[in-house]
Parts: sequence; structure tokens; C-alpha cells
Amino acid sequence: MALDEIYKEVILDHYKNPRNKREMPGAVLRCSKNNPLCGDEITVYVNEDTGTVTDVSFVGQGCSISQSSASMMTETVAGKTRDEVKERIGAFRGMMAGEVEADEDAFGELVALKGVVKYPVRVKCAVLAWDVLQDALAAQGEAEGSAPH
Amino acid sequence: MALTEERSADLDIARIRKDFPILERTVERKPLVYLDSAATSQKPNQVIDAEADFYRNHNANAHRGIYMLAEEATELYEQARAKLARFIGAPRPESVVFTRGTTESTNLVAHAWARKVLREDDEILLSQLEHHSNIVPWQLAARDTGAVLRYLPITDDGQLDLSDLGSLLTEKTKLLAISGMSNSLGTLPPVRELADAAHAVGSLVLVDGAQLVPHVPVDVTELDCDFLTISGHKMLGPTASGGLYAKVEHLEAMDPFLGGGHMISEVFPEYSTWNEVPYKFEAGTMNIAQEVALGTAVGYLEGLGMDAVRKHEEEITAYAIERLLDAGARVFGPTDVSVRGGAVSFWYHDIHPHDLATVLNEEGVAIRAGHHCNQLVMRWFGVPATARASFYVYNTNDEVDALAEALAKAKRVFGG
Repeated sequence: MALDEIYKEVILDHYKNPRNKREMPGAVLRCSKNNPLCGDEITVYVNEDTGTVTDVSFVGQGCSISQSSASMMTETVAGKTRDEVKERIGAFRGMMAGEVEADEDAFGELVALKGVVKYPVRVKCAVLAWDVLQDALAAQGEAEGSAPH
Repeated sequence: MALTEERSADLDIARIRKDFPILERTVERKPLVYLDSAATSQKPNQVIDAEADFYRNHNANAHRGIYMLAEEATELYEQARAKLARFIGAPRPESVVFTRGTTESTNLVAHAWARKVLREDDEILLSQLEHHSNIVPWQLAARDTGAVLRYLPITDDGQLDLSDLGSLLTEKTKLLAISGMSNSLGTLPPVRELADAAHAVGSLVLVDGAQLVPHVPVDVTELDCDFLTISGHKMLGPTASGGLYAKVEHLEAMDPFLGGGHMISEVFPEYSTWNEVPYKFEAGTMNIAQEVALGTAVGYLEGLGMDAVRKHEEEITAYAIERLLDAGARVFGPTDVSVRGGAVSFWYHDIHPHDLATVLNEEGVAIRAGHHCNQLVMRWFGVPATARASFYVYNTNDEVDALAEALAKAKRVFGG
């Protein structure tokens, strides 16, 4: 697999012009995590309205893989229900584990990240933001019924 | 890769490279350019063969049986100890305890010495340069004893800032534990000067020799350190080989580290007495074949001459720093090769080190990207990670050129 399969235009585009890379004051959910291998840290913000994820953003620094993956993630999950978002997270993990066929119909731009599968260490970069999103949703699930902070 | 003439008159790099079979392999259909010897060195045939020869012809447990094979195994194992002791200028072989490497050696001292000796408010002086393996064992010992950790700061160019040494190194200090060479910045701290200052206030001195011993001529009597940790796999030896040098009087005063077979003299239901030094610290079956092969690695380095090794590394490091700076990289740590070794951390045109390492791999160039177990250093420089190229006896200026060409390609990919 050639280099350009990993660093497709779409990855570099999202890396250099990340979408939704901003803090979100007043977000319903917020979660941070770091990649112990490289020290990169990412924070994900989520706003919800009656079970639908209305807005997702992130801040943090990292490599092109982690940053572009986070950027694409914010676009792909916005407007989806909580269950749909969890399904997307599962599907993306499946693609990065090489278990799910990475077709463009299902994954859209995220298909650009499939070349990373051959670098197991870098897979951690690609799933970092998704891990944080999942943790944020899980924390909210546990706190169901309590006031958001 | 074609070899051009090397500037080191002393090391015949082309001949040395023939001893390292892995250097013949390719990565992504390109010749391997291995620039990660600070993480682990490659192994010459002599070392690989020595380990295999032990298993093929001499394998038995050392210090156990009385049959011929066991005698041979014991003799080879003890010969390796004597070689390692001689290599670091230790006056007596029994001042070298075999361990799995520097991490285990440091933990040995943290358990067998620090936990026995340290009292509340005693101080351990470290530096901001230290590898996590020369920080965390002391944090754990401090937690158990009430001792306090203090740190020598570093300067903007990654050298130790000794301006406050007088207030940091006091009669409260019981141990100065200091890197002999920084694994991320290459810095060579003035160990002897620090050892003298530490001894003057009654402190002992541990030198983390993980990067020092493989690359610089070391004589423990000249350094006047109390402890020196040694990593075998970074000096051409097998993984899980290595040792701890300590002045024999310290080893005799210390408690055992691990309990088990062979470290005892006599065992009773309620208590035991200990074997003599160094066996008191070698519980259970050791990495016999690996330590034997480490002895061979020591012989290989002695054959090259450590002065020639150091000279070669000064030259290749100077060339690498020059190329990196010319290419617009930010080099961390000292640029004067007389005060640094061959581990060169850099940041290149705002390309994240992970991205850089992946692109370089496509060109066959293996560098390290990450925090290098040096998070205090990374934090000081305000970066999450660096790219690091590190050099050893088999690296050539051509390989530095390959690095520079691969960096240029990364710049094209990322448009940095």
C-alpha cells in the first residue's frame, strides 16, 4: 500500500482545515483523553437535544491521522440519534480493526483512513477521538436523569 | 546503499556493517536505514552466534550442577561478568550484578538500598533530563519512605542548569541519580563534577548508563559513581541482558532485591541468610545465554575501541545536526558535539513526529517518534513528542543523507 493511500487529499484537507475544531462553552458532554504513545491529547464536546446529537466539536493537538479523523467524525455524527452515533463508532472501529469492509457508501470520506489499518500503532491515533466520543456518551448514560454539567 | 568514505579514520564502517545481517534487509523495497539505536541497537553475527552457541553446545543452569555442561555454563556466565566489569573499569567482577537492564538495575537500588536507608525528609536529587525509568522507581521509593524528590532543571539548549546546585544538593541529599547521557537530547551531563559535589555533602551517586555505556568510554573509578546501571541490548547485546555496577561495600550493606534460589546461603523455616555478593542479588535462573552473549558484545566493542566509537559518533552526529539545521529542522538539545552524544531530537516544519515517522518508513528510514519516556523534557520544550534519530557504530553519513532526503519528501507530502 502506497503512501498516498494513507495521506489522501481528504486527510490532509481535514488536517490543515479541521472542521468543528473549537471549544463549545455550555456543551452537554465533554470528555478528554490522551494517547500515551505520543502524548497527544484531544477533548470532544457534544451537544444533544432530546436524544439527537446536534453538534460535536473538538480541540487538541496531534498528528494528521488523529486530527483528520476527529474532524471527519464531527461531521459524520452531527444530526444523528445517540443510537446511530454509537453504531457509527462501532462501524468505524470495525473498519480500523480491518473487520468491516471499508466502502465509501457506508463511510464516506472516512474511507480515506482505511490505509492506516496496516500501521497498528497509528490505528490508535485514528480512533482516539472516537474513543473520547464514546466515553462522553457512556458518561452521560451513567448520569441519565441527573442534570448536565 | 553505496558506502562512501567515512570521515572516521578509526572505524571501518563498511566492514562493521558486514557483521550486522539485519542491515542487509529492505523496508518498503528500500534499504533499511536504522536510526533508532538509542531504543535498541542491532546485533552483530558474533553476538547472535554466541547466544546460539550457548544453547547449542553449553546449555545448563549456571551455579547449579556439578557435571561438565553446568561447569561450562557457569564459566561462560562468569567470564561475561568479568568482561563487563573490565569494560567499565570496575576493579572487581563481583561489583557487577547481572540484571535485565537499566530499569531493573535502578529498581534494584530503589528497593535494596533506598527503602532500607532513606528516612522521612531525606532527599533524592534527579534532573529534568531523566528517563522515566530513573524517575518512577524513586517516586515509588519516596512514597514508601517519606523521602522527597528534587530536580536539577535544564537550560534552553538541554544542558543541566547547575546555577542552583548549592541549594538543591545539601546534606539532606542521600542520592543523586543522574543520566550519563540523555536519551532524547543526547546531553552529556558533567557526571564526575556532580559526583564530587554529591560526595562532598555525603550523598551517593547513581549514574543511569543506558545511553552512556554503549557510546562513551566509561571508567567507574574515574566517574567515581556508587552505582552505574547498564543496558546490554543498547550496546549490541541481547535483550534482557545488562547489569548493575555498585561499589562492593554498598552491595554488601544492601538488602536482597528478589528472593529465591541461589541468592541464599542457608534457608530456615523463619529466616534465611544471604549468598555472597553479587549472587545475593541474582535470584532464580538468570538470563544466562543473554549475559554470555553480552560478554561477546563487550568484546566486539573493545575490538573497535570505545575511543573510536565515540569519535565516529561525534562526527556523524555533527553531520546530522548540520543537515537537519540546513533543512530547517528545530534541533533540541546541545548542538556542540563535545557535550552531547548521538541521539538527536528534532521537529521538522510543524509535521507531527508520528506523521514524519510514517513517511520516513516508506523510504526505509527508521526513526523514533514520541516522548521517548522523557515527558519532563517534552514539557520543558512545550512539545508532545519529538522525532529522534540516533546513531551507532554501523551508521554512515550516507544514511544521514537518506534521512534528509526522506524529510524533504515528507515536506512535499505535507506542504509544510
